[in-house]
Amino acid sequence: MFEHLYINNAETIDFAAIPQIADYGEFSSYIKESLGSVSRHCVNFFGVENTIAGKVILIVCIADDESHKIEVFSHLCDKNAVLAHCGVAALERYEREIHENFGITFEGHPWFKPVRTAADDYPFYHADSEEVHEVGVGPIHAGVIEPGHFRFICSGEKILHLEIMLGYQKRGVEKLLVAEAPLEKKALTAESIAGDSAIGYSNAFAMVNESLCGFSPSEEMLYARTIAGELERITIHTGDLSAICGDVAYQLGSAVFGRLRTPIINFMQKWCGNRLGKTMVRPFGLPYALTPSLRDDLLDTLAKFEKDFREMSHKIRRFPSVLSRLEKTGVVTAEQAREIGAVGMAAKSSALCRDIRLSHPYFKYDSLTHEPIVKHHGDVYSRTCVRIEEVYQSLEYVRSLVAEYPFGTHKAQPAQNMRPNSFCIALTEGWRGEICHCALTDADGKFVSYKVCDPSFHNWMALALAVRGNEISDFPICNKSFNLSYCGHDL
Amino acid sequence: MLSLVLIFIASLFFSGLISRTKSILSGRKGPGIFQPLKDVARLLRKGTVYPATCSFIYRMAPVVYFASVVAAILTVPFNGLSGILSFQYDFVFFAYILSLGKFFCIIAAMDTGSSFEGMGASREALYSMLAEPAFFLVLGSLGLLSCNNSFVDIFSHIDFSSTQALVLGIVAAIILTILNMIENSRLPLDDPKTHLELTMIHEVMILDYSGVDLALIHITGYLKFALYAALVANIFIPLARSFIGAVALFVAIQALSAIIIGVIESFYARYRMNHNPEFIFALTAVAFLVIFSTFCF
Repeated sequence: MFEHLYINNAETIDFAAIPQIADYGEFSSYIKESLGSVSRHCVNFFGVENTIAGKVILIVCIADDESHKIEVFSHLCDKNAVLAHCGVAALERYEREIHENFGITFEGHPWFKPVRTAADDYPFYHADSEEVHEVGVGPIHAGVIEPGHFRFICSGEKILHLEIMLGYQKRGVEKLLVAEAPLEKKALTAESIAGDSAIGYSNAFAMVNESLCGFSPSEEMLYARTIAGELERITIHTGDLSAICGDVAYQLGSAVFGRLRTPIINFMQKWCGNRLGKTMVRPFGLPYALTPSLRDDLLDTLAKFEKDFREMSHKIRRFPSVLSRLEKTGVVTAEQAREIGAVGMAAKSSALCRDIRLSHPYFKYDSLTHEPIVKHHGDVYSRTCVRIEEVYQSLEYVRSLVAEYPFGTHKAQPAQNMRPNSFCIALTEGWRGEICHCALTDADGKFVSYKVCDPSFHNWMALALAVRGNEISDFPICNKSFNLSYCGHDL
Repeated sequence: MLSLVLIFIASLFFSGLISRTKSILSGRKGPGIFQPLKDVARLLRKGTVYPATCSFIYRMAPVVYFASVVAAILTVPFNGLSGILSFQYDFVFFAYILSLGKFFCIIAAMDTGSSFEGMGASREALYSMLAEPAFFLVLGSLGLLSCNNSFVDIFSHIDFSSTQALVLGIVAAIILTILNMIENSRLPLDDPKTHLELTMIHEVMILDYSGVDLALIHITGYLKFALYAALVANIFIPLARSFIGAVALFVAIQALSAIIIGVIESFYARYRMNHNPEFIFALTAVAFLVIFSTFCF
């Protein structure tokens, strides 16, 4: 056996302190055993090139919701090694990614196919039958949405199988974050990984940088970041509710929620100069502090927002023609959600409580006594309800944070250098789910590896499972109910 | 002749009126009432692109579709004046000339070889097939009510002196209005505004059309709206005592149909695709009720 290492969210440790399991069999069976409990799930699993040429260190980070810690351990193997699949479905995409980066093969893997680098002649899963037909959608879609290819195998109107192929937006973000560049430039890169989670991402990026430097952010910084994160949740959930109504052609809901999103993003514009909160969060500083006049504006905006939001969300939850479209559509069962390692909103809609704000609190969440919204049916309606109730919850959080906001207490502190040979993992709960940033520094205190994991990386499989047995005409509403990120997955 | 002119005029406003209703009800400013016409004018100035896989069927389908609707309009009477085409059982001709146009749309969609369009074609074929009995039952009961068998005679001999006849007339009008929404792929069966190909019925079949062809398909759609609303108007025109009254009633019923469709589209979500047949069957059941009641006269 080995010495277990449990660390806190955004804690920096020496890289050498990460326990190494020499035997791969023991390593993979420990992963399997460790993920056997519901309260544990894998937040990141990746390879890092070792200083010894031709060797790769595989690092696994497993979040434990009960102890509020993250277990980290590793295994050293050869490049192009042939290993065995660890037998956990939730890790299959990570293994494919490791194969793509280092050529390591996992034998016994259920479907060893590309993650982000599909060639044009990639052989899609295919059924040789006269009765079923295939429908290919994308990568270029009607409407302004991101590229991704969906290959359906259908019997009449019924979907038997969906294969999702992504990677059309691979930008090499992780390499850009490691490369020599000013911090401001890297911060811009980090918040642009997925434009709809700009604050979630820049919060995680700031946590990693500050933790690696031993920098402790001021109270005012923590308040501002937490408020911004919750406002982002309100914005995107409201916009998604509008889109869900639009997909079932419920014009009133679509128009009202669409209008409600605007005042919130307009407030962000007043606060930080960008409607989606870009440049709002920067490591080691507080570029845009909240002022009493902004506070009054915010409270006023939220009061007006809440009145109409309550009325409209009350209506769609009781309106038969909307309910008949949302209920029992796109079901992901609790077992499926657990097996594929779903996180965030998708997990919470399927009776699986995964919320970093509760399990690994950061910023001001430890003082908020957060209680995640969990629904049990796993259908589109559950995901809609999670959105609606999370908006109510976020409204409360923003109000209570604003009430105790320490105005003008922030004092600029000098930035420090990063600790050499260190490892840090930061988890934040974006509106979609947990965003994981892991960083490693070299002997000079420079990034040597930066690994990002978007909630979509875990959840795309949930969409593929949700649509099985549904009608193909219900695919758009299922897709919208998850609203997964293509660029967050493709990096 | 008069009905032809009136329907053409009504078709200019119909689609614009629906979208005006929808934008007012959702609190938006929305496009003007003539926006659909401006769109058509823009399309007419554009060139046409054809898919490489298509044959002559694809090219001729919009023309056949347009011609079929115009031919159907020719049979529609107005205020006791027969249409340009008028003969016994002309309503059968009316129904099947429309089907011919639709048939060409369907095979043209299959002609492109796109998996989306094939899906749309099969849906359109299914729903039109299901909607056909309702149309004949309604026309049949109106025929029974007036003891006649051509459009002009049916509509000019309906006796609305009894309350029962008036009720049946109203139910028939409701059925025809819903048929109008089904035939024109509106809510609650289809959503003309969606950009999601997988959920479309009619829109997905015409995805590859462009320029003049697309303009022709749009014009045909507007004409079809006015055509069905004109049938509804015809049921009630005997109630008007003068020619001016008949024209006013025609205009009012056209406008009312458009507004009703707009209101329904504003406040209802679309049906799940597998509920559509149930909805159409329910409509047919009501049509059966109408025809049985007419036997009681």
